[in-house]
Amino acid sequence: MPSEPSRRVEDKLFYNRYLVDSGRAHIKVRPHTTPSSRLFSMLKACPARCYELSDKGHVEVTVDGCIECGTCRVICEESGDIEWSYPRGGYGVLFKFG
Amino acid sequence: MIEERFDAIVVGAGMGGNAAALTMAERGLKVLQLERGEYSGSKNVQGAILYADMLEKLIPNFREDAPLERHLVEQRFWIVDERSHTGIHYRSDDFNEEKPNRYTIIRAQFDKWFSQKVREAGATVLCETTVTELLQDSHGRVVGVRTDRDGGEIHADVVVLAEGVNGVLGTGAGLRGRPKPDKIALAVKEMHFLSRETIDARFNLKGDEGLVIEAAGTISRGMTGMGFIYSNKECISLGIGCLVADFQRTGETPYGLLEGFKRHPSVAPLIEGSEVKEYSAHLIPEGGYRAIPQLCGEGWVVVGDAAQLNNAIHREGSNLAMTSGRIAAEAICLIKSRNDPMTAKNLSLYKKLLNDSFVIKDLKKYKDMPALMHTHSQNFFLTYPQLFSKAMQDYVRVDGTPKLEKEKLMLSSFVKARSWSGLLSDALRIARAWR
Repeated sequence: MPSEPSRRVEDKLFYNRYLVDSGRAHIKVRPHTTPSSRLFSMLKACPARCYELSDKGHVEVTVDGCIECGTCRVICEESGDIEWSYPRGGYGVLFKFG
Repeated sequence: MIEERFDAIVVGAGMGGNAAALTMAERGLKVLQLERGEYSGSKNVQGAILYADMLEKLIPNFREDAPLERHLVEQRFWIVDERSHTGIHYRSDDFNEEKPNRYTIIRAQFDKWFSQKVREAGATVLCETTVTELLQDSHGRVVGVRTDRDGGEIHADVVVLAEGVNGVLGTGAGLRGRPKPDKIALAVKEMHFLSRETIDARFNLKGDEGLVIEAAGTISRGMTGMGFIYSNKECISLGIGCLVADFQRTGETPYGLLEGFKRHPSVAPLIEGSEVKEYSAHLIPEGGYRAIPQLCGEGWVVVGDAAQLNNAIHREGSNLAMTSGRIAAEAICLIKSRNDPMTAKNLSLYKKLLNDSFVIKDLKKYKDMPALMHTHSQNFFLTYPQLFSKAMQDYVRVDGTPKLEKEKLMLSSFVKARSWSGLLSDALRIARAWR
């Protein structure tokens, strides 16, 4: 079955509350010319669809909708594809139910 | 630097951290608990089922004021294919007891209550504070933590790492490796709100009775995974999880899987007309006994999900977290009462006590299950559910085919899909891993 249109993830994230730490992304993608297969897999594996492919074929991350699960860290941190940390205290996703 | 020195710093305010902080504070230790969320619970995600026994050991009268949802009276296990489910349902009026055994809870709300108990016991709880690293002396001994607050170094005799499944601080300090994609699952969940009456009617419940549905089969599209539906008072927690390595390998999306589960003809009517109010994701340790990292060292112990303590077969985690947090705290209190230092040797008491508890005994029992489930996921999560569903349909559908012929066809469909030797070895492997 093909994956659902992206619209749906954004709809899901709309339910959540966030306190965005502007200008301080807690996840950074290492600059690259061609994404590694690990990094490329994040386009699909990230449950908040924070990873996207740019026009130039680079994988970019926008952490505003991040739900702080750690999936990308498990896949991409050891190889150095990304730098990963939790947001500063108080910032990020604020679950009402969890 | 914060000049004040603590007996113990607890990193994290989930089930393990709260259990540890509460136990130590109640016994008079000077405890600081650090939590990165806005309040304790605001970053915590679970299904969630609470096991009363393990909480009773910490807060015997918790039923008086804890925010509990429903006590469970029914468990449904489903094997599903695209259009059907075959279920084993267990429901008993015995679960309508004075002190029920299991409850559904909503973690953000429950943890807020738990944290209040920790404060009342005398611990200092500091929220909106992310611990960025462990402070180690020249011998590698853990002597405190660094936080993201100004002058954020804080010292203590011992640090309890209850930082959750990612174990970032432990990895950063070289105390353990990162969780591996084939030893960890990613689960996504939605909270579906419906009226209490609607939930009661759709699930055949009354009063505060609750129910759990766990489903495995084609919903995970050949990956190792499981869907779940938990009834709360006025909402339903619905989610699905699969191994991270499987997501990576197949290119399936977590939200695509969730949508597929919601559309399943056995599930869709249960949530029809609901209002979704939250979408969350969380990692779950799936490596079992063999994936447990070192549990203690010089000036530190690790508890709960951070120690990968999760029983994937029985879907128990938060109770293992609570129990390991409590046992670690009891060991620390004992060492403290003897005025002994928090060395690796002394803290190994925690490991010894945990080995003697159900936590390690249960994980040891199933030590071979993860390897079995993770390496043959196509068979167990796709082929068998399809064969099984087909066999069930043939069994109940009356169409003039003689029964003997039906049975023969049923058997040959299994043999054709898995071969005699495949069927036999699958059965043997399950029996051996279950033992």
